[in-house]
Amino acid sequence: MATPKPDQMEYYKHDDMWAVDFLPPSTGWMETPVNFRPGSFIYPGKPKHLEYLGIPNPREWEVTADDWKLPDNWREIVLKTLRNRLERSRTLQVFMDVCVRCGACADKCHFFIGGGDPKNMPVLRAELLRSVYRGEFTTAGRLLGNLVGARKLTIDVIKEWFSYFFQCTECRRCSVYCPYGIDTAELTMLGRELLLELGITVNWIIEPVSNCYRTGNHLGILPHGLKDTLEFFAEDIEEITGIAIEPPINKKGAEILFVTPSGDFLADPGTFTCMGYMMLFHELGLDYTWSTYASEGGNFGLFTSAEMMKRLNAKIYAEAKRLGVKWILGGECGHMWRVLHQYMDTMNGPADFLEVPRSPVTGTVFENARSTKMVHITEFTADLIQHGKLKFDPSRNDKLRVTFHDSCNPARGMGLFEEPRQIIKSVCNNFFEMPENTIREQTFCCGGGAGLGTDENMEMRLRGGLPRGNAVKYVQDKFDVNTLACVCAIDRATLQTVCDYWAPGVEVTGVHEMLANALVMKGEQKRTLNLRMEPIGDDE
Amino acid sequence: MNALYSLIAVLVLVAVAILGVQALGLQLFFGGILPYFAFAVFLAGVVFRIQRWARAPVPFRIPTTCGQQYSLPWIKSSYLDNPHTTTGVIGRMLLEILFFRSLFRNTRAGVEPGLKRVVYSPSLWMWIAALAFHWGMAILLFRHLRFFLEPVPQVVSAVIWADGFFQVGVPVFYITTFAFLLGLFYLLLRRLFIPQIRYISLPNDFFPLFLLLGIGTTGFLMRHVVKTDVVGIKEMMQGLVGFHPLVSEGVHYLFYTHIFLVCVLLVYIPFSKIMHMGGVFLSPTRNLANNNRMKRHVNPWNYPVKVHTYPEYEDHFRNKMKEAGIPVEKD
Ligand code: SF4
Ligand code: SF4
Repeated sequence: MATPKPDQMEYYKHDDMWAVDFLPPSTGWMETPVNFRPGSFIYPGKPKHLEYLGIPNPREWEVTADDWKLPDNWREIVLKTLRNRLERSRTLQVFMDVCVRCGACADKCHFFIGGGDPKNMPVLRAELLRSVYRGEFTTAGRLLGNLVGARKLTIDVIKEWFSYFFQCTECRRCSVYCPYGIDTAELTMLGRELLLELGITVNWIIEPVSNCYRTGNHLGILPHGLKDTLEFFAEDIEEITGIAIEPPINKKGAEILFVTPSGDFLADPGTFTCMGYMMLFHELGLDYTWSTYASEGGNFGLFTSAEMMKRLNAKIYAEAKRLGVKWILGGECGHMWRVLHQYMDTMNGPADFLEVPRSPVTGTVFENARSTKMVHITEFTADLIQHGKLKFDPSRNDKLRVTFHDSCNPARGMGLFEEPRQIIKSVCNNFFEMPENTIREQTFCCGGGAGLGTDENMEMRLRGGLPRGNAVKYVQDKFDVNTLACVCAIDRATLQTVCDYWAPGVEVTGVHEMLANALVMKGEQKRTLNLRMEPIGDDE
Repeated sequence: MNALYSLIAVLVLVAVAILGVQALGLQLFFGGILPYFAFAVFLAGVVFRIQRWARAPVPFRIPTTCGQQYSLPWIKSSYLDNPHTTTGVIGRMLLEILFFRSLFRNTRAGVEPGLKRVVYSPSLWMWIAALAFHWGMAILLFRHLRFFLEPVPQVVSAVIWADGFFQVGVPVFYITTFAFLLGLFYLLLRRLFIPQIRYISLPNDFFPLFLLLGIGTTGFLMRHVVKTDVVGIKEMMQGLVGFHPLVSEGVHYLFYTHIFLVCVLLVYIPFSKIMHMGGVFLSPTRNLANNNRMKRHVNPWNYPVKVHTYPEYEDHFRNKMKEAGIPVEKD
């Protein structure tokens, strides 16, 4: 066997990964330089993507090089942007000023728990930025420097920011425990915006952003490609259920526009979740449409800048208006729902051309979405189940022993806890919760959120995934759990790696994949295969 | 090191006060002039800081949701940890401000490499210490009203009576004095001895702790050890309140030290993290309702951005769309 490389999980020995002493180094944090080792950082954004998006200072550069080829006036650019962002946000001002460094947030970050690097304590991650704010913008900081935790902006600081603002998955777990609600994710977003002005970002984020801008989705799937994909899913569904489905695309006048992350079109196991939606909608006879233009619910703009988030998000309302739909339904995704729930209406609303969402099947009016007019698929489905509109045969999922991972964004930026659980409990017979300090609002990130889920970053992904993986291992040992359900496309892409490493034998699934497997459809043939084309039941 | 700097700074301040009074006879300055100055700086500084925050826009509504959202009628929403109404938000803020709700959630992540597992256990000492310290201080400040007001209002007397309920010692020891000092002491110890917390602590994290310890200790010594002349102190305090500052003879120098440290604290507050007492009210992850999809939040500086419009998109891909039989706007 070839020797594993840092972007492969085999490279990392379990004993080494656990051997973390959590003791800070002997040098103060301002004097401790960053260490870019392979496996712990992501490659820079390619200039062509930055150019296409109109981001300043596109260039080729190397993370490990001494010279990052910054523009001459880099200091001015950063300080000007910082001042501007502070002026226009009370949130950032308060977060700059009120941290008391109590450390309540310190051991709440999965990167710190898994890696022990003190700069991955949320408080210190935030101080990386605050120290510059104090040193450049406050009188006390200018006069007293280090005594009040102030320092000047230098190139080493820029490198440190790059390292640690791309070692934060913007999961907001720290914010739950902070007595002032300081959300380090906000400061990470700010830090990334500052770096972006210097043309510094990672390709794993900026390429999807550029794809999304051009083709409507992160993966760069072209309109006919999307159609082929959905038809291909329909063929599989027909083979499994005997039911022919024709997915409606860009259909004007449909009642509902359905938007989901594009990961569901391309990569397993997201594809199975996508098939699940199609089967559910068909069974309901829903008047809905897919869109090739708004073919992405996710938004890597969130990981880039507020402006980029808005630029990518705009197409959802625009497409709803063009197609003349009444309201919008959104698929299973984490950060997508952060944007849809907390930003979309503010940024691109008001959606006064849409109607307050009302389920055509049950008549339920979704009052909680009366302004944004977008409903989460699990809200929609939980309502169907509550009204007895769906028939299930949960025994088809009997091979699965399931636990549920609350994705960070729907958990801490929305509060979506019971809806997916109601569905899971209706469609399978074996459901087990992970320990309570690792679920719901206390849930742990997959380690690959906020645009960090690439193999280049394998060490940090595994370390960041340790708390989640270890909690899965716990229920695997205790209850024989073999399935990790989630409502997030990034999870479906990254958690499989986390499980393979920390809890091998556990498979990741979407909630609507499980639902579709259990769904008894009108006129279906006897099901022998699940959506993964594996036999159902014991007759193997 | 950081702790040492701060300790030295506070000791110097103590020395300044003692020398000033004992050697230079600056009683009136320390007891009758400086307090006005300190109070003025405190007031102006705090007002300035808070109005600056308050005037800044809140572009997005970003509550951190710590419980079930309000969505479907049969799902019970978490009214206080994920409030969707103003009343809920007020409740959440009260819990946060009066009882440190978030700190109460605190857990300790214990990584056990041998067993290859992470165990999370509740860790409430910081919550207890913080409550003891803050509540101790609040009640203790309230007790001090007896020096400023004549006659002493009944509620102040009642609090004083309750606080000294156990009637231990002459003069009686107050429960809150101990709560305050112990809480403070714990907060100091964890900064000194927990390696990670020591690593993140700055001199200006230690300084207020030592300063408060100094204030507390001088107060304690005055009352219980040197048993200074309370009547004289009260005369001076009422002089301050009535804007005719005076010096009562025979008041112990510890009193002036006490007052001086308080003045330093007052001046220090607006420039420091102690402003968290105002900031906590303004934190948008706590003080906004999670009604995002119900009620549109307006960003005052929301500006138009460049987007890739549908017509541009269709121009790009029209042929491919037509070939695939996807409906288009223009032929
Ligand atoms: S919990 Fe909040 S106040 Fe305490 S150190 Fe962390 S960010 Fe600062
Ligand atoms: S947002 Fe998440 S990843 Fe970022 S510092 Fe906080 S806990 Fe860590």
